Amino acid sequence: MSILINKNTKVICQGFTGSQGTFHSEQAIAYGTNMVGGVTPGKGGTNHLGLPVFNSVKEAIDITRAEVSVIYVPAKFATQAIHEALDAKLHTVVCITEGIPVLDMVEIKQRVIEQGTYFIGPNCPGLVTSEECKIGIMPGFIHKKGKIGIVSRSGTLTYEAIWQTTQIGLGQTTCIGIGGDPVHGMSFIDCLELFLKDDETKGVLMIGEIGGTDEEDAAEFLSSSLIKKPISAFIAGKSAPKGKRMGHAGAIISGNKGTAQSKINALESAGVLIAPSPALLGDTMLLAMQKENS
Amino acid sequence: MNLHEYQAKEILKKFNLPLLNGFCYVESLDSLQQDLDKLKGPPWVVKSQIHAGGRGAGHFITPLNNKGGVQVVHSKKEAEDIAKAMLHNTLITKQTGPLGKKVNRIFIEEGCQIDREYYLSFLIDRNSSNLMMVVSANGGMDIEDVAEKNPEKIHHVYFPTLQSFEINEDIKNVLFLNNDQFKQFTSIINKLGKAFVELDASTIEINPLVIDKSGQLVLLDAKISLDDNALFRHPDLLTLKDLSEENEMELEAARHDMNYIKLDGQIGCMVNGAGLAMATMDIIKQFGKEPANFLDLGGTANKDRAIKGFKIIQSDPDVKSVFINIFGGIIHCDMIANGIIEAIKEINFKLPLVVRFQGTNAAQGRDIINQASMGVISVDDFTEAAKKAVEFAN
Repeated sequence: MSILINKNTKVICQGFTGSQGTFHSEQAIAYGTNMVGGVTPGKGGTNHLGLPVFNSVKEAIDITRAEVSVIYVPAKFATQAIHEALDAKLHTVVCITEGIPVLDMVEIKQRVIEQGTYFIGPNCPGLVTSEECKIGIMPGFIHKKGKIGIVSRSGTLTYEAIWQTTQIGLGQTTCIGIGGDPVHGMSFIDCLELFLKDDETKGVLMIGEIGGTDEEDAAEFLSSSLIKKPISAFIAGKSAPKGKRMGHAGAIISGNKGTAQSKINALESAGVLIAPSPALLGDTMLLAMQKENS
Repeated sequence: MNLHEYQAKEILKKFNLPLLNGFCYVESLDSLQQDLDKLKGPPWVVKSQIHAGGRGAGHFITPLNNKGGVQVVHSKKEAEDIAKAMLHNTLITKQTGPLGKKVNRIFIEEGCQIDREYYLSFLIDRNSSNLMMVVSANGGMDIEDVAEKNPEKIHHVYFPTLQSFEINEDIKNVLFLNNDQFKQFTSIINKLGKAFVELDASTIEINPLVIDKSGQLVLLDAKISLDDNALFRHPDLLTLKDLSEENEMELEAARHDMNYIKLDGQIGCMVNGAGLAMATMDIIKQFGKEPANFLDLGGTANKDRAIKGFKIIQSDPDVKSVFINIFGGIIHCDMIANGIIEAIKEINFKLPLVVRFQGTNAAQGRDIINQASMGVISVDDFTEAAKKAVEFAN
């Protein structure tokens, strides 16, 4: 098992014939992802990368029975593309696009909660079930089938986490980049919940960063969770200077939460092993696994 | 993108919000005397326009009196004297950092007889993913202290939709408002909520919202930050950007789709991805040095962008060594390597440089660096690479 996606998952791509959609769909197909088609309004009926192109998500699903859509549509049109995917009641929607207005995301988030959709992103690298299914822009060759679940708010730092767990021999079940936008789909908690229930996932590596309180919330969730697995984490931004600010609103809201130290403290008290350096993500995960077994 | 107070107020007037009249001066104060005839008063209030809070409690580099960046004046002469002294002076506040900000614009507004001060803001709450209103009866300059010491005095109201901004009658008691004032308050909330959505704002802050001696609610200050991601929908608002408030190198980076922030250290950093860039800064600090900058090349960096990024870093005179940390995904390390070599030749770069490549075409990238033999050191291991960069800066 893995979470959310596997080798049988049927995937379509919105923005299929654009440059991003084309490049990453090619990579996904080469990785072994079960791509079944794509959507580009106005190009329905044609073929692209050997797969059928449809005018709408609904049409694509009716014919291909796809369960997941990945969106590479440019920011100006991405909101509409997401709503189309939600209208079609897809099980999982992944939005790679960066730069979606936050108020658009507020409305999308409400729909996602109402419908119970697994929505990942926006502004994220996507997700990969190692050696089975690659959705998004992560480089494929750094993944190796194994036993660690990875969930991350970052992009390239996620690659670092994947590569280090591959190098040290742990490998991964599924890796999810949830994206760093203030309003986004799946949270740390949503992913942790799935990883804890997944038998193949023996440990979880979390990559967080300063800002917001997602990591603190995840710590609270882990403390109260009945299922326990070794968890390790890294929080980026310990050295980031306090931003120059315009007003008081941010400080009033976050209080003392949101700093690297507050996140590290919260996670440590929930039994999470913190990686002291971004170069020790794999080592720390291994240590957490060994502690569990000793 | 941040707006100045006077810009925010001009916009909010279009939403029929209760604001005082005023005039803004960008370069010259020529029309000030005539303008004052058109305003109620004296007294008037002279307000420095910079993108930072805490102006009233701040101080100027060239002191004008013992007062801050917002001053009440009682005569035309005093108005002109104070405005002249503020314009082009540098104001230091709790939020500007120690170097302060140069005052390029002055706003002069009608005075107000304040009875009570409230804090009011609208923003997106990350936790609930909702539009949220924050309000307190303890408004004014010390609101952050209130938030820290008496958080129970700060009230949060969440709006489940972006279409209506109804508030519960409870707020009336919490804010000690009478019926008429509560009516004015709900009208203000409705208009601000509507403005927030129409403008695609990320924050609107009114501190203080006051009740004047005649019982009228007035927005005495206004700060608006706009959502950069939504500016494509608002070309009219984009023209309000005050470039003099931005750092020149940061602007240059933004023109090339990079994100650069100048910091105080000595090790220049060039990284792809914000998370890895922060992690790279963290590891430098761990080894006892400070990063000179944050530079995220972005997800689609190419050779040209690498050259531009390199030039930006080396233009900082504080930089003693440079650490380039690239995890290739879409970006190919060999492409970045070629950019680095080209930039070194072009600008005759002499500082010690450590490059770490991982991911897509990392081996090819390392080969290019090693064969160029320009004194650039390629190190695969993250820790070792950071240590070398720190060593070189000593």
